[in-house]
Amino acid sequence: MSPLLQEILETSSIYKPTMMLVLDVRQVTQLEKLFTIEMPNGLSLGHKPGQFVEVSVLGIGEAPISISSSPSRSNGKFELCVRRAGSVTSALHSLNPGDSVGIRGPFGRGFPIDRFRGKDILFAPGGLGLAPLRSLINEVLDDRGNFGRVTILYGARNPSELLFTDELVEWETRTDVELHVTVDHPDNDWTGNVGVITTLFPKIRVHARNTIAITCGPPAMYRFVLVELLGKGLLEGNIWLSLERRMKCGVGKCGHCQMNHIYTCQDGPAFSYAEIKHVEEAL
Amino acid sequence: MSLKILPKRGLSDWVSRLITEYRVVGPKLMKDQYIFGDIHSADDLALDYSTTILPPKKILLPQRETLIQFDTASSSQPIEPFIETQATIILGVHTCDMHAISLLDQIFLEGFPDQHYLARRKNITLVSIECLRSCSEHSFCKSMGTLSVPETFDLHLTDLGNSYALETGSKKGSALLWSMSAVRDPTNGDYRQLQKVMSEKWQSFNYRLVFDITELPSLLALSYDNTLWDEIGDRCLGCGACTIVCPTCYCFNVIDEVDFSLHRGARSRVWDSCQLDRFATVAGGHNFRVNRSDRQRHRFFRKGKYQMEAYGLVGCVGCGRCAQSCLVHISPVEVFNELYRRQSPITSLEQEVTT
Repeated sequence: MSPLLQEILETSSIYKPTMMLVLDVRQVTQLEKLFTIEMPNGLSLGHKPGQFVEVSVLGIGEAPISISSSPSRSNGKFELCVRRAGSVTSALHSLNPGDSVGIRGPFGRGFPIDRFRGKDILFAPGGLGLAPLRSLINEVLDDRGNFGRVTILYGARNPSELLFTDELVEWETRTDVELHVTVDHPDNDWTGNVGVITTLFPKIRVHARNTIAITCGPPAMYRFVLVELLGKGLLEGNIWLSLERRMKCGVGKCGHCQMNHIYTCQDGPAFSYAEIKHVEEAL
Repeated sequence: MSLKILPKRGLSDWVSRLITEYRVVGPKLMKDQYIFGDIHSADDLALDYSTTILPPKKILLPQRETLIQFDTASSSQPIEPFIETQATIILGVHTCDMHAISLLDQIFLEGFPDQHYLARRKNITLVSIECLRSCSEHSFCKSMGTLSVPETFDLHLTDLGNSYALETGSKKGSALLWSMSAVRDPTNGDYRQLQKVMSEKWQSFNYRLVFDITELPSLLALSYDNTLWDEIGDRCLGCGACTIVCPTCYCFNVIDEVDFSLHRGARSRVWDSCQLDRFATVAGGHNFRVNRSDRQRHRFFRKGKYQMEAYGLVGCVGCGRCAQSCLVHISPVEVFNELYRRQSPITSLEQEVTT
């Protein structure tokens, strides 16, 4: 258990957030901001890529947000990429450096990165799905020698919605990363691929039996991406997804994130396709 | 276990003593229905009640409960957990509701222990009462295996006519015996009367499921795509009354409120319902359970399958409150039986069941 979670368990309420300082706020796109949060002295988040935290704005409420920074780059702080979508995220967007937010977590089961070592890794995020996958991508890149080929296929609706454009440039220039980006609706300056994310799959070759694929995006995207991955011969247990649900409590009690018998906040949000293939409410 | 006997004439004195030391909650009459409410005088208590509108979960998991209090103007310690502990006795809990409490206890203890529930629970003494006759036309406890008291009780009463037989289940329960001035040891006659009452009671209840409860999880597994869910969904009003009155429903929403200072406030949990249309909606607007048929199916799968698999305890205790409260007559026993009829090639099995 992570040190922060241990602290929450011992403070006499699993619902009590720990107040933390907002170090930096960066506008990423029109809808998304990247928050850098500083851990209080002596605490570490101790998260795994794919996990999430419950973020509080006291008086407004709490929302589950995936952790966007990798453990390898944490060092007493972490990053959250937040889309302005509801009341809590709108309140978050009004915060400035020096303000504080409440944090509980990290919660859920992240990606089993230990089982990914030695394998080729194929990332296929769509839209805001890059926010949680960025944690895993950077964790892999910071331990690059222990993985095979690394391929990233990223699709967004239009160029202005692309996240982490600095890092996209960095990944593009690296010789040990194969990056393909596409947009559904190009603007006048766009010279890259046009089309949905599945149009990128014919561009890549995979060693089906030695490849782990990780995808995250809007619910409608999964079916199409899964068809592509299974079509390339990937094993169902080697395809990983991160699912979005309304994780109101984060601790497996409130019932909102349930899909059939599974509490997404406990058993997920990272699942292999083999695990959720027969969970009717998953996709 | 040692049996004790409390003559009924000693009940009033006992309850009066309890009230001086504890918050005492029990069944009492409200207009023409019973509720679990605060007992201020022994006369309020109606141990011979049928069923209550809400189950005793309203005491264990209040409809609205503060989790944390905060003051954003305070720089040092802006958040304090709020844990309520008040020594409480719940009198006269029926066995179906006792089974439901056993399930709630497990749910809030497992994984991340919920300190708010557990602290309150620790201060609650459960005095259950043996059910000797069917409490409502909708109940089907005998079919669900909840007509005997589970080990969760602290003190268990059985009505012997002129007295109550008392069985203690815990130290908390035996502590209550001290406040009974009229309590005595049982005579051979008491044992005989207890035996008579206990053996005769079973005939007062009917089996209402046309199959055995142990078959329920697999029946549901076979029935996921049954058209019955659409038929129920068409009738369902989506009001959520079934989950509100259910003794094993505990799903909640969490809300923040601030007072006029605009910096002091509290975060509370309030009962929520998977039957309400926005329950599974995420911030972006996507609703993962958009149809009433999906939501009703989810409810029945929790009651008949998911809880059984996760906790080894039945998620529906057969109290019948949901059927009683449903304006469009959706009844769990009828739903389960109809699924069985549609799945089973041998419909004659029904005839073997006592109705």
